Amino acid sequence: MWDYTDKVMDHFLHPRNVGEIENPDAIGEVGNISCGDALKLTLKLDEDGRIVDAKFKTFGCASAIASSSALTEIIKGLTLEEAAKITNRDIVEMLGQLPEEKVHCSVMGMEALQAAIANYKGETTVDEEDDHEGRIICHCFGVTDHKIRKVAKENNLHTVEEITNYTKAGGGCGMCIEDIQEILDQLWSDKKETPATDDDFKNLSTVQKILRIQQVLETEVKPMLEKDGGSLEFVDLEGTLVKVRMKGRCSSCPSSGVTLKYVVQDKLRELISPDLTVEGI
Amino acid sequence: MNNPFNRPIYFDNNATTACAPEVFEALKPFFCNRYGNPSSIHNFGGFVMPEIEKARWQVAELLGCDNSDPNGRCTEIIFNSCGTESDSTAIRSALKINPSRRKLVVSKIEHPAVLNFAHELAKHGFQVVEVPVDAKGRLDMDFLTDAVDHETALVSVMWANNETGNIYPVEEIAEISHRFGALFHTDAVQAVGKIPMNMKDSKIDMLSLSGHKLHAPKGVGALFVRRGVRFRPFLIGGHQERGRRGGTENVTGIIGLGKAAELAKSYIEIENSEVKALRDYLETEMQKRIPKIRINGDPENRLPNTSLISYEFIEGESILMLLDQYGICASSGSACTTGSLEPSHVLRAMGVPYTAAHGAVRFSLSRYNTRQEIDFLLEVIPEIIAKLRSYSPYWNDK
Repeated sequence: MWDYTDKVMDHFLHPRNVGEIENPDAIGEVGNISCGDALKLTLKLDEDGRIVDAKFKTFGCASAIASSSALTEIIKGLTLEEAAKITNRDIVEMLGQLPEEKVHCSVMGMEALQAAIANYKGETTVDEEDDHEGRIICHCFGVTDHKIRKVAKENNLHTVEEITNYTKAGGGCGMCIEDIQEILDQLWSDKKETPATDDDFKNLSTVQKILRIQQVLETEVKPMLEKDGGSLEFVDLEGTLVKVRMKGRCSSCPSSGVTLKYVVQDKLRELISPDLTVEGI
Repeated sequence: MNNPFNRPIYFDNNATTACAPEVFEALKPFFCNRYGNPSSIHNFGGFVMPEIEKARWQVAELLGCDNSDPNGRCTEIIFNSCGTESDSTAIRSALKINPSRRKLVVSKIEHPAVLNFAHELAKHGFQVVEVPVDAKGRLDMDFLTDAVDHETALVSVMWANNETGNIYPVEEIAEISHRFGALFHTDAVQAVGKIPMNMKDSKIDMLSLSGHKLHAPKGVGALFVRRGVRFRPFLIGGHQERGRRGGTENVTGIIGLGKAAELAKSYIEIENSEVKALRDYLETEMQKRIPKIRINGDPENRLPNTSLISYEFIEGESILMLLDQYGICASSGSACTTGSLEPSHVLRAMGVPYTAAHGAVRFSLSRYNTRQEIDFLLEVIPEIIAKLRSYSPYWNDK
């Protein structure tokens, strides 16, 4: 049994805005029956380009129906520019939470919205663009490398399992799992290979410096420490001296000094600036 | 419970069954009072052993085993923990006693207990052949006949399929296997207790069964190994089960399974008359009340209790969740219920179109179900299906 939140159940049992708008200003259609879920979104806009009505028709499981319902509630009243910024995370947030394996339902909602916006602007839909630009990686669900990269970046996904939960890619025959891993390896190593130069860092304001340090700590350092049950928090920045506090298992670990020097400091030097020094407090 | 019975309405008996009250009564004393170890030298423990042997006979009788042993012993039943253990044990044993044969023939629609193990063996250098099925789920017997050869150690085909309820020609397959000196094993977890069996006159070498599918508790199963068929144990340890399955006996489970087998034997007629009539009534009425549905499987050869119905253009998990609002329990071959992304391997092997595969719901009945329960299902389900179809972009009223 899935652990659906009350909000998911409410949107599933009493979905808002089911149906199809007659003579819609924009239509977004994604998914297909072989994939197991599909969503048709129709929008009505006023003269200012504001969404005055949104309706959906969805083929899929409870979370697909709930995600579609939540999507229509979120976008009503928004301008197309505002709606363009909506991501699957907004849908998940509105529903409280979705089981990991069901996040792809919220991604489908986001894609339908993007397809509708593209349709309004007379562009080809995002999906079609994907298909033309990208190379199909997962043949079971027709997912391109373009889409895998996009979803991975937007949601900070690092494992094939996460990609499957978000895009379905790799969830069928499994033949493409190695290809997905390759895309992820490439994607995230690309990011690492372009560290900011020393000059860049010096020119930043203190707040920007701190933000950058925190980002590296969150995305690069913490996941490594968490594997051993440890963690750390950023305390202060004095010139080029970064002060951190070790937490979890790291706080009582006799080799935390080594960790600080060779893991935390090296990472910050590599990705931000070679001048940085790290001190534990 | 949002239903007039104020309790769950249970149509998921191929998943598991209620422990029969008679079974529960029979096994209860062996928890707190008669808790001795049957292997013990003292009477307190030792007196449990005859109860286990009684259970062995009860199971043997349900299967119609040969009871002509001159010493009155029952040697063809090995108790263990579950159907999966039985399947694994049978396959391992067949491969061990015939190390020069490196081929395994199974059907595409086996339970994961057989299929995934076969896939694992394929990684270790065994040749695994999967026999396909047609659109009704019937086995391609020509393909099977061609596949079995002198390299084949074991052919394993289920007696009845858990999703469609299809019954397979196990005797015929056993004969084909023996022609080439291969052993034949059948996963009969879904068949035992639902259709009559006569192992005495059968050619089947090994057969798996599971307690909780026939109103015994979970955690007990048995493997039938025909007398004279060579066998290698899977769990090696103590002398329990005559050295064929080490580990202290699951006494309560075994006694429960024995009682359940005795009951199943006495109800087998009812299973094939009353339960079958309920299932047929469910299908006939469902077809009258709801358009665009299809009954999957082989109508000529099906378990009496199983019905796998596809509701086109909608998705199974949504149907189950709405049925659940009324306390109605059923199952689905759809992808979304299990977290996998593709419909079940059985529906895919049958080539059921996606419009129907995603919306497949399995109702599996037992002797505890009533006509009133079916009527309640028939009363609420048309609205559920109509509602979900009204959400579906593929559904067109016209």
